[in-house]
Amino acid sequence: MSSELRYTANTQLEHLHARYTGTGHADLTKYEWLTHQHRDTLSSIVGHPTLTSYLAIADGEAVGRVRFEMTERMLQPCGPPPPKDD
Amino acid sequence: MSEPRLVDSYTAPKEVLQEFAEMAEEEDIDPFAETAKQRQIAARQSDYHNRRFNRQAHDSADAFKAVVEGEDVEGGYKDAMRLQRLEKEEERVRRAIEEKERQEREEGQQKMDLDKTPPRAEIEEAQKELAAMQGTKRKRRWDIAEPESEKENKEVKGEWSQEALEGAAPKKRRSRWDATPADVAAETPSGKRSRWDQAPAAAPEVPMTPIIMNAPGLMHEDKHNRYLTDEELDAILPSAGYAIVTPPPGYAPLIRPPKLSGPSVTEVGGFQIQESSDAAAAAAAAGLAPELPTEIPGVGNLAFFKPEDAQYFAKILKEEDETELSVDEMKERKIMRLLLKIKNGTPPVRKTALRQITDKARDFGAGPLFDKILPLLMERTLEDQERHLLVKVIDRVLYKLDDLVRPYVHKILVVIEPLLIDEDYYARVEGREIISNLSKAAGLAHMISTMRPDIDHADEYVRNTTARAFSVVASALGIPSLLPFLKAVCRSKKSWQARHTGIRIVQQIAIMMGCAVLPHLRNLVECIAHGLQDEQTKVRTMTALALAALAEASAPYGIESFDNVLKPLWVGIRLHRGKSLAAFLKAIGFILPLMDPEYVSYYIKEVTIILIREFQTSDEEMKKIVLKVVQQCAATEGVTAQYIKQDILPDFFKAFWVRRMALDRRNYRQVVETTVELAQKAGVAEIVGRIVNELKDEAEPYRKMVMETITKVVASLGASDIDERLEVRLVDGIIYAFQEQTTEDQVMLDGFGTVVNALGIRVKPYLTQIVSTILWRLNNKSAKVRQQAADLTTRLAVVIKQCGEDQLLSKLGLVLFEQLGEEYPDTLGSIIAAEGAIANVVGMTQMNPPVKDLLPRMTPILRNRHEKVQEATINLIGRIADRGAEFVPAREWMRICFELLDLLKAHKKGIRRAAVNSFGYIAKSLGPQDVLQVLLTNLRVQERQSRVCSTVAIAIVAETCGPFTCIPAILNEYRTAELNVRTGCLKALSFVFEYVGPQSAYYADSVVTMLEDALTDRDLVHRQTASTIVKHLALGVAGLGCEDSMLHLMNLVWPNCFETSPHVIGAVMEAIEAMRVTLGPGVLLSYVLQGLFHPARKVREVYWRIYNSLYLGAEDALVPFYPDLGELSEGQNVYDRQPLQMFI
Repeated sequence: MSSELRYTANTQLEHLHARYTGTGHADLTKYEWLTHQHRDTLSSIVGHPTLTSYLAIADGEAVGRVRFEMTERMLQPCGPPPPKDD
Repeated sequence: MSEPRLVDSYTAPKEVLQEFAEMAEEEDIDPFAETAKQRQIAARQSDYHNRRFNRQAHDSADAFKAVVEGEDVEGGYKDAMRLQRLEKEEERVRRAIEEKERQEREEGQQKMDLDKTPPRAEIEEAQKELAAMQGTKRKRRWDIAEPESEKENKEVKGEWSQEALEGAAPKKRRSRWDATPADVAAETPSGKRSRWDQAPAAAPEVPMTPIIMNAPGLMHEDKHNRYLTDEELDAILPSAGYAIVTPPPGYAPLIRPPKLSGPSVTEVGGFQIQESSDAAAAAAAAGLAPELPTEIPGVGNLAFFKPEDAQYFAKILKEEDETELSVDEMKERKIMRLLLKIKNGTPPVRKTALRQITDKARDFGAGPLFDKILPLLMERTLEDQERHLLVKVIDRVLYKLDDLVRPYVHKILVVIEPLLIDEDYYARVEGREIISNLSKAAGLAHMISTMRPDIDHADEYVRNTTARAFSVVASALGIPSLLPFLKAVCRSKKSWQARHTGIRIVQQIAIMMGCAVLPHLRNLVECIAHGLQDEQTKVRTMTALALAALAEASAPYGIESFDNVLKPLWVGIRLHRGKSLAAFLKAIGFILPLMDPEYVSYYIKEVTIILIREFQTSDEEMKKIVLKVVQQCAATEGVTAQYIKQDILPDFFKAFWVRRMALDRRNYRQVVETTVELAQKAGVAEIVGRIVNELKDEAEPYRKMVMETITKVVASLGASDIDERLEVRLVDGIIYAFQEQTTEDQVMLDGFGTVVNALGIRVKPYLTQIVSTILWRLNNKSAKVRQQAADLTTRLAVVIKQCGEDQLLSKLGLVLFEQLGEEYPDTLGSIIAAEGAIANVVGMTQMNPPVKDLLPRMTPILRNRHEKVQEATINLIGRIADRGAEFVPAREWMRICFELLDLLKAHKKGIRRAAVNSFGYIAKSLGPQDVLQVLLTNLRVQERQSRVCSTVAIAIVAETCGPFTCIPAILNEYRTAELNVRTGCLKALSFVFEYVGPQSAYYADSVVTMLEDALTDRDLVHRQTASTIVKHLALGVAGLGCEDSMLHLMNLVWPNCFETSPHVIGAVMEAIEAMRVTLGPGVLLSYVLQGLFHPARKVREVYWRIYNSLYLGAEDALVPFYPDLGELSEGQNVYDRQPLQMFI
């Protein structure tokens, strides 16, 4: 955060934001950001029953199975984190 | 010329100027010396608090470390205990001496009466003995650490004290003012020596030495507190105006003279400075006292420097060749510099120094740090700010040092414990925090072994503070870990002091931790239960108090934990008297509310007998407790109204409803509270019937007490219970009490208002009488009486209307109207408020005097600067504008509008708000044009507050008359070239859109061009206010089909996201958030994506912040808008969102 803003009310807001999962910061990597996106997508599907049943029909699976798979996939939706290169 | 000469200016009388000139000549005069003294903590506190200076700290060796390193520990728990025992013995002996001395004095007194001069022989003998005793005393001190001498002490004690006592009586008669050094010299070679002196002559050196802090007589080598020599005194005190006074004939110094070379002292790791090197510096510093340095080599500028500081910081005051210093010495000086910066420096200096000392804490080591910090904290001239800062240093350093702090635990405790009983809340909190950190760093075992010796210390002060410190330890490390220790202490067979302190610890735990004691309640109660049957009164009392605290903390739960103390408590109240009875009653009072309703009545019956007996007590403390317990009894569910009426009330009223009780403020309050509580059960009629006659008592304070009780009872329970006869007596009494009051008091007024309002329509027969009283008092000579009469009218207006006495109201209205010329502002305010209250209940049409006469009369009063008058007037005018604007000609309203502008500058928010609302009402009845013109012109004035209020008023006008009446005028006004006016217009518009909400949709397009202009202005404030308008507009039009213009505005707002001024960026961010609502998160995301991975960090930071607020606002809604980044997949990481790519 730039130093001019350090003492303003916005700082507090920012701290507040940082406490939530899924929020980002200037040093976020591509992998982390996309992982959050994927998780959001999956949870959105699980959270909207219509979407879940849509996918169930498309896949020819049971709704419960789809929901289970989506939930499982949230663990590492984009695969393991890439090795750090430094 | 005969007429007196005119003086063109007035100045102060000559004598006064002369006095100041003289004062200026006397150089050292410091007008703030008095206040400086008051700032000192020690000067302000009571003797009890200052007993902290008598405390003695010892090293608490780190037993854990010793075990690890396999060496023997010196100065550990064992020595501390031994020392403590010795001290106790000493204390006991001293008491015995004093007692004997007193007896002898009494006898001597009788003798003296017979024979005025004591025979010479007696005096000489006494002198010898005294000299001997002096020697003895000192000897004894220095033997402190010797085990054999302790034994010896016990053996010879009787004889010794006998001997001493013989000397004690005539002691007073000897003048020893400057004889002391001689005595010291004479001490060793002897003359006639007491046998006691010979015994411990060859005392082996004991390695453990107590550091005795700041008790002047105890620490000889402590140069800060050593006796000042005559030379030093000469240097400090001015030569003129002081005389050396010969001591009074009976004076014998209580404390041993200074100067005794003890080799042991040098070994101490404490704050010791070589006498030779800095005595000179200290003396010089003392001599230089008037011109104290504010700049010190290596420290820089200080905010202040006190003469006392010179003692502590002597080493860094003079220039030294640093190359000659050893590493330790360098370190020491470094610490001193940092401490001086922290203690006396300006805030920035202090801050950096504090950070440095924290960072380097482990390098410096616990020893050197605390040796410097702790003596500073014990300085008598310490002030709050300094103490706060030093305590802060300890706190920070503690964190870093962690278990290195162990050897210093006791020393720190000695300094910090007094904070726990400080009057200042924040000091107490600070103390608690330090002790809790200390206990976390040092560990429970070490804390216990360190504080254990103080638990049965001879001095009550030490025990008290130790108990509090233990309770802090308990809250820091958890009650369960301390429980076994507490159990042991509370059952201590050795000394009652230990039991007393143990129980007090439990009490403090309950007070400090509140309901957090609940899980351990049973254990804590079991811990102390046996104390109720202790043979020591003090222990019993403390146990009862601790039980009271526990019950209070755990209310309303946990009665089952108290099961086994119920019997002893209830038996106890029959056995005890005085203080312990009071404590027992208190405990019972707090336990009663926890009980089941079925059982409680039995227990209450048991205790009532005692309570009633104690009603007669003359002890104030007992009285208070009895009242409290009665209140608690009455509040429990199990007690019946019947029981209260029959068994408690008669005695209660006989004992407490007497004039004497009204005189003491605290008793007064207690009695009122208790009676109100009793009334909750016994009913209004019962209580009011008993005291109503006292309203005519001749003592005014007593009448007031009756009135207050009746007020509270009636306010909470209503008046439906009051029968006709009582009603007559009540109203009669109230009128009497109201008329007879000599000091116009809120109590009488409130009482009158409350009772009359509670009676409602039943008061009709008395109204004529009441109103004639009011009318009479409205014409009273005293302004206060008139004001009170007006206030009473305000309160009664509603009831008078209810009773249908419109005649009386109009009469009152007329009289009040005639009184509007009142010159006392407070009274005038009340009169206007009363007029307003009447207008309120009567209505504008029936109002007498008619509104068209009333309002013009109010206009000039609006100029009154008094807040109360302003508020009352504006409320009345606003009411008229709201309800009866048509009765007043438009021209009058315009005149009022101009007057109202002045009220926009009022300090009180209520007045400004009322004024702004009045603009709305007036605009509604007159049409907005003229009012708007007034307000828009007011945007040109200088005062910001007035302009701001005008903008709010414009917005209100727009809200009441429709935005279309105002927006064109505002847009037109915006074209004025004046900055203030343009900002005002923008602000007004922002309020308009805030108030009108969805109606904004009709006006969005018409303001777009103006917003374009404002958002592209160079002036920050323009862009800020325009962003606020955009926010309100966007939120107002969300979902109403204005997306095109909103998108346009969004494009204008967006570049402002890089602003750094806090208000501007705040407004811009809010505008963007509002856009999320109107345009949808998808559009916003497309803006944000541009910069999330921008190469410049500053850009990324801003964009991520916007992204975060967007994400938190619409997490789920963003899912379909995330870009498809499948092509970024590499290796194991696949970024395709397959579930979204499915089709049916």
